[in-house]
Amino acid sequence: MIAFWVLALALIGTGVFTITAKKPVYSVVGLLGNFVALAILYLTLQAEFLAVIQIVVYSGAILILFVFVIALLSSGVQPFNVGPNRLPKVLLPALVIGAVALAAIVYGTARVPLAARPSIAAGSPGALGATGEADVFGSVANFGQSLFTTNLLPFEVTALLLMVAVIGVVLLAGDDEPARRRPKARGTAREPIAKPQEPLTR
Amino acid sequence: MSPSVFAVPMENYIGLSAIVFFLGVLGVIVRRNPLIMLMSIELMFNAANLALITYAKAWVNAAGHIFAFLVITVAAAEAAIGLAIVVIVFRRAVNVDVDEIATLHG
Repeated sequence: MIAFWVLALALIGTGVFTITAKKPVYSVVGLLGNFVALAILYLTLQAEFLAVIQIVVYSGAILILFVFVIALLSSGVQPFNVGPNRLPKVLLPALVIGAVALAAIVYGTARVPLAARPSIAAGSPGALGATGEADVFGSVANFGQSLFTTNLLPFEVTALLLMVAVIGVVLLAGDDEPARRRPKARGTAREPIAKPQEPLTR
Repeated sequence: MSPSVFAVPMENYIGLSAIVFFLGVLGVIVRRNPLIMLMSIELMFNAANLALITYAKAWVNAAGHIFAFLVITVAAAEAAIGLAIVVIVFRRAVNVDVDEIATLHG
């Protein structure tokens, strides 16, 4: 009980810090705290595999990507040369729209029953049990079973989506002018070893 | 903790999720730095995940966990693409205020 309120406060505090921080690096730090608090919350909801994934994928991969981009872009140029502060102008519409969205979410969730109504008989695999036991709801075995049998198609489609994303990123950010590097004629000797990349920031 | 009794009412988790989502919306609308806007989008993804996992526990149904897992995957793809676009914008533009980036405006 106390743990929940501490985690909730940490979640909201780091979230506020994330969206109010002056520099993007501070935002990343706030977001890191947010993700860690959320992972612990997942543990209290018996989602142990997702708690680990939250740390590994979000804090480990996505945030590192953010840090890399910030470091890359801050190296040479004056990157965060933003215009005049328009916070006063947009604050009221933002608050109104946000409040409407919040009200809609609260209204929608209030209409959905939250009472526990297990679809699985107690005692059988996949039923509720203490976190850490094998074959209870939320355990890695139960999650994997569900992912690779019932939900195999979404899993495969996600794999395809990831591949499309990788190709898209390579096409977008890989090279400024790919035509310049194409070999001039076919059939000639192999291209020599690639020239050193130009610096990314100019 | 007895498995069938929640120490905290599930409504609290949903309310917390709504608040974090609200913070994300606020961040996207108010901030003009594309990097911080992307991070606010991540906040919203996480709020949605929290709600999904809460409902998964309330209904004892692993589909919520699967969906949250897929959301994390899509968020990773989104972050990669978004950051690639940000890199391009930073490379070409002097001013990175998203209100001023109107090359594709037509």
